[in-house]
Amino acid sequence: MNRCNRLATVVAVCLGLLLTLAGPAAAALDAAALAKLASEDANERMEAIDAIAAGGDEAAMRVLTALQDGLLRVTPKGQVFIKQRGSLLDALTGAAVETEPEDLAKISINNRMRSQVEGVMAGLRIFSTDPKQRLEAARAIEPEEKMLATLDKALARESVAEIRDVLEVARAASQLRSGDTGARLAAITRLAGSRDPKIKTLLLALLETDAQSRPLEPDARVREAAADAVRAIDRRLMVYDFAQRLFAGVSLGSILMLAALGLAITYGLLGVINMAHGEMLMIGAYAAYATQSLFRARFPGALDWYLVCAVPVAFLSAAAVGVVLERTVIRWLYGRPLETLLATWGISLVLIQSVRQLFGAQNVEVANPAWMSGGIELAALALPWNRIVIIGFALAVLLLMWLMLTRTRFGLFVRGVTQNRAMAACVGVPTARVDMLAFGLGSGIAGLAGCALSQIGNVGPDLGQSYIIDSFMVVVLGGVGQLAGTVYAALGLGVASKFLEPYIGAVPTKILILVLIIAFIQKRPQGLFALRGRSVEA
Amino acid sequence: MNRKQFLGTLIGAGLSAAGLLSMPAVAADTIKVGILHSLSGTMAISETALKNTALMTIEEINAKGGVLGRKLEAVVVDPASNWPLFAEKARQLITQDKVSVVFGCWTSVSRKSVLPVFEELNGLLFYPVQYEGEELSQNVFYTGAAPNQQAIPAVEYLMSKDGGGAKRFVLLGTDYVYPRTTNKILRAFLKSKGVAEADIMEDYTPFGHSDYQTIIAKIKKFAGEGKKTAVISTINGDSNVPFYKELGNQGLKATDVPVVAFSVGEEELRGVDTKPLVGHLAAWNYFMSVKNGENTKFIKAYSEWAKKNNVPNLDTVVTNDPMEATYVGIYMWKQAVEKAKSTDVDKVRKAMSGQTFKAPSGFVLKMDETNHHLHKPVMIGEVQADGQFDVVWKTKGPIRAQPWSPFIPGNEGKQKL
Amino acid sequence: MSAAAAFPVPGDESLFSGRGWTALVAFVIAVTVVVPVLFLAVPETSPLHLSAYAVTLAGKILCYCCVAVAMNLIWGYTGILSLGHGLFFALGGYAFGMYLMRMIGREGQYQSDLPDFMVFLDWKAYPWYWSFTDHFWYAAALVVIAPAVLAFVFGFFAFRSRIRGVYFSIITQALTFAFMLLFFRNDTGFGGNNGFTDFKRILGYRISDPATRAALFAATGLFLAGCLVLTRALVRSRTGRILTAIRDSEGRLMFSGYNPLWYKLFVWTLSAVLCGIAGALYLPQVGIINPSEMSPANSIEIAIWVAVGGRGTLLGPLVGAGLVNGAKSFFTQTFPEYWLFFLGALFIAVTLFLPRGVVGWFVARRAAPGAQGPEAGKVTA
Repeated sequence: MNRCNRLATVVAVCLGLLLTLAGPAAAALDAAALAKLASEDANERMEAIDAIAAGGDEAAMRVLTALQDGLLRVTPKGQVFIKQRGSLLDALTGAAVETEPEDLAKISINNRMRSQVEGVMAGLRIFSTDPKQRLEAARAIEPEEKMLATLDKALARESVAEIRDVLEVARAASQLRSGDTGARLAAITRLAGSRDPKIKTLLLALLETDAQSRPLEPDARVREAAADAVRAIDRRLMVYDFAQRLFAGVSLGSILMLAALGLAITYGLLGVINMAHGEMLMIGAYAAYATQSLFRARFPGALDWYLVCAVPVAFLSAAAVGVVLERTVIRWLYGRPLETLLATWGISLVLIQSVRQLFGAQNVEVANPAWMSGGIELAALALPWNRIVIIGFALAVLLLMWLMLTRTRFGLFVRGVTQNRAMAACVGVPTARVDMLAFGLGSGIAGLAGCALSQIGNVGPDLGQSYIIDSFMVVVLGGVGQLAGTVYAALGLGVASKFLEPYIGAVPTKILILVLIIAFIQKRPQGLFALRGRSVEA
Repeated sequence: MNRKQFLGTLIGAGLSAAGLLSMPAVAADTIKVGILHSLSGTMAISETALKNTALMTIEEINAKGGVLGRKLEAVVVDPASNWPLFAEKARQLITQDKVSVVFGCWTSVSRKSVLPVFEELNGLLFYPVQYEGEELSQNVFYTGAAPNQQAIPAVEYLMSKDGGGAKRFVLLGTDYVYPRTTNKILRAFLKSKGVAEADIMEDYTPFGHSDYQTIIAKIKKFAGEGKKTAVISTINGDSNVPFYKELGNQGLKATDVPVVAFSVGEEELRGVDTKPLVGHLAAWNYFMSVKNGENTKFIKAYSEWAKKNNVPNLDTVVTNDPMEATYVGIYMWKQAVEKAKSTDVDKVRKAMSGQTFKAPSGFVLKMDETNHHLHKPVMIGEVQADGQFDVVWKTKGPIRAQPWSPFIPGNEGKQKL
Repeated sequence: MSAAAAFPVPGDESLFSGRGWTALVAFVIAVTVVVPVLFLAVPETSPLHLSAYAVTLAGKILCYCCVAVAMNLIWGYTGILSLGHGLFFALGGYAFGMYLMRMIGREGQYQSDLPDFMVFLDWKAYPWYWSFTDHFWYAAALVVIAPAVLAFVFGFFAFRSRIRGVYFSIITQALTFAFMLLFFRNDTGFGGNNGFTDFKRILGYRISDPATRAALFAATGLFLAGCLVLTRALVRSRTGRILTAIRDSEGRLMFSGYNPLWYKLFVWTLSAVLCGIAGALYLPQVGIINPSEMSPANSIEIAIWVAVGGRGTLLGPLVGAGLVNGAKSFFTQTFPEYWLFFLGALFIAVTLFLPRGVVGWFVARRAAPGAQGPEAGKVTA
């Protein structure tokens, strides 16, 4: 498509919009344009999109949205329908269709068309009455010179400061290719204060050279100003870069902590080497999956809240498995840590294979609920919601566990048994019961961790295997029998990994961290926080 | 039991075990077919479906009277994602079970592990997965894609107007031979298209890598340095879920930075919520969403088989490219056996060349006369919200494989193969 | 720490005090001789003929037996559970693999002097640590040196800091895991995930020749017999007594004026070297080595062989390695889906019901009939 054509479209869009605002929709959808959406030729399809957008009314928006979502269907004759959940609408009129025509084919859309649709829809929405939609549209506008007219018009009508700001930046960005040197310089000055990497990209384009390494930008002053602006933006981006890494480190640390907390109880407090700990994570993750499936089948309306329900389910199912294991296998092995290690390894194999038989060897899909999808974007900083929620969740679990261990009678028993089993038994603590419950608690917390992990990575039978060594490292590094040690170790490992990774790569980081832990244990065999007392000697 | 008895029992047990091992297989009036796919361990995720496909195809053939009037008998073994065990099981299938042909393997390393065994014993292996090329064994028929049947067309598409006209490329993969070789080929290819060294970023992650925060941040930064950027992902099966989840949540949209993957198909997407991924791409030789009679038949046959055998998660069973390749491979072998009127490896190998089959991809595939690879069509699919792919581009017809990529120095003399 | 007292002290083992011992070594040597004869000399039509499959499988299991014997030295007799023995096994394999890779010569896919994986990485020459590996004896020395040095250095620091029990097990696991990650990297220069494969010849003989196979098998059998003789001599020596004392009560031993460091370090390094040699023998018979040999799961499995057979007994490791691997080959063929169930159940059952393993159970049964069950092994801490 040539530039002229596009300009015409934009003008038409604006005109159409004015007409819409002026009175009842005059430009109805054109059946021929609709049919062209299904054309074999990509250019023809794109023209059709522009033609439809030119209508600028509700119907156009409806068709374009449906196109974006892949809901448009076409008959061999070229009649277009919108397929919605349970109903079929005629795209032309918007009326519901009773009988579904045969041979409906989907109208597919590729990325090029998708960008175009986004662009024209932003052009339409920028005049919306809803400020939220306007802001979104302003952000989505592609900064191109031909958009200047639209932007100017929008700026003239806009009263909300935030939106004005976005529009002004977009306007300045659109002027970077302007023929007027002054306008270019002014635009650069306006953009130099930006924190947006996209703006940096645009400014960088001014510094590009052609094949003979001659600069594309003719004016040296503009080039200099652009270079200065890029440097200024880079300085600001460095701060964001640092913040991003810190966030990534804390996020990884919170995951490690969640995975290791349960182990800190079973290993630290009870001295049980639970190699099946990873499988408790897996059980928690599958509990989340099962809850999601149940909600999909029974309460599709509340699907977004399945995760809230999955949390107790994950805790209880993992805790139940833990208690059963404790009663049947582990209690026979107290005081023989090496044997527990082997037996629990056997248990983990059995659990993995059982899950494989029950749910299949393939990974299962656990979706982020809508409120956990996407993230906050603060200029160059992307903070995904699922990670934020997990950090909060980890803190909550930690707090609850701390309260339980320090403020309840059960916690007192657990601490007592940890410090001196024989003496605790003498003063009447039911040690066997405490063992069972503490093991259940540790497993349950692992289940919670699994539930959280399902929001980040794979849910498959092998899920636990990839976390077991990391969990052990955290517990060993932190010091056995100490919650605080676990927390510091997990966060420390997470942040250290994330700051090393960009420089030396993921694998060397992991190796280096393992080597450091091994070296550290040589120096302080009891970990960061040694538990004082005689019970340490195993 | 005293010591002598104990030792006696032990020796007896040892001898009888040795006897069992060396007992020749009982000859019956069936043709034995080996299936060598991991049913446990890390690769079970992908390979179980191939075992199912093979069993289904064999049942289908038996229902129509078998081959040469004899029924096929599947011998399924589990190499448990353990590479030495692959070699051991391959030897067992050929020498103990006396199978006529083996369908199996997924990873390159498993293929490399069994290759010496097949060459030593003159066995016949059908390998159904896209791979890095740079290999041509007389004892293997490759029914998956060579790099020029998948990777290069995908990159050409990305560089085209429809694909977004990408100028900068991130080559991202799991650190093993397939991504390394593919990226080496792609790098040479991109250079031949005038892409500068500085516009290519290459990065590898270990197997099972699950934290993609740093990588995505790196990609964002790279993409922010100007020009349209695309990611070419050869990330291995399991790591794709965390990768795509992070991608979606960090707000990297397909319209900004499209990702084209070579190891992500319908089966892998079952483990992902695909709504944030709509528009990302995959390149294969077959998609489940392809509409034609053969495919409808294939999908129906598989889902019915899954139902009958109570495959876990059967309400969401999908078919994918390696499954199609397995299906095509078995049928082609059947045709070759019928042409050769024998299951003898040398005769079948001869009969295989030029064999054709109407595949579920909707094309008539041909086994090349000389290079043991199929002529395959290439399709680019976009991820849809329902976990399927929408074909946005495909070749006009099947293209011939170049197992020895012309983009790797030293391969110039091997193009005639 | 009375748990270990339940295990036999060397010398108590009447099973091996006299003729039984001779019979065992004779049996191992007989297998070493008989198998190659059945394989090479007996015609294929005879029911007694052993196939190449059976010989390689048996050879593989013999290698595992050697590893189990080595593991038994450190765990069964000295009471140190290593969860990283797979690492030494793999190191031995890799060291010898370098030699085998260079012997491929120009028969690789690329017909280059370099191994294929170096060609696709665009390397032009061998990295320094590959130098001289084309000499058989250097590679053979490396098989011993590489695991020995690593074990010595690691052991020195670990034992000096008095890391023991579970801590030691976990850091050995971390060690093997770190090495696995390292070897998985293609840039490390050991073929990454694909490892070493497609060997052609050894000392000029083709590896696929039946005679070469038989020779490798015989070498493995002799090495195993050697391991057994060595173990027996060691555990019956003064040093052996001290090792057992370390297992049973390290604290008391120290109070008696011994420094356990050097004893532990000696047996730990010796055990690693035996594993390394077993790995070197394993490689040409199996035909592939890859970093997954170093995965923590493999090392745990080694411990299981010993536990199943009976630790602290000479015969136990052989029985355990044979039983578990025999079962593995059987299950993965007959009931592929139930293999892990069986293995898992075996782990649990052995630790619960047979804490002394199969052989230990036989020994104990003869000593005191009927004294078994879960309670027998249970000890209060």
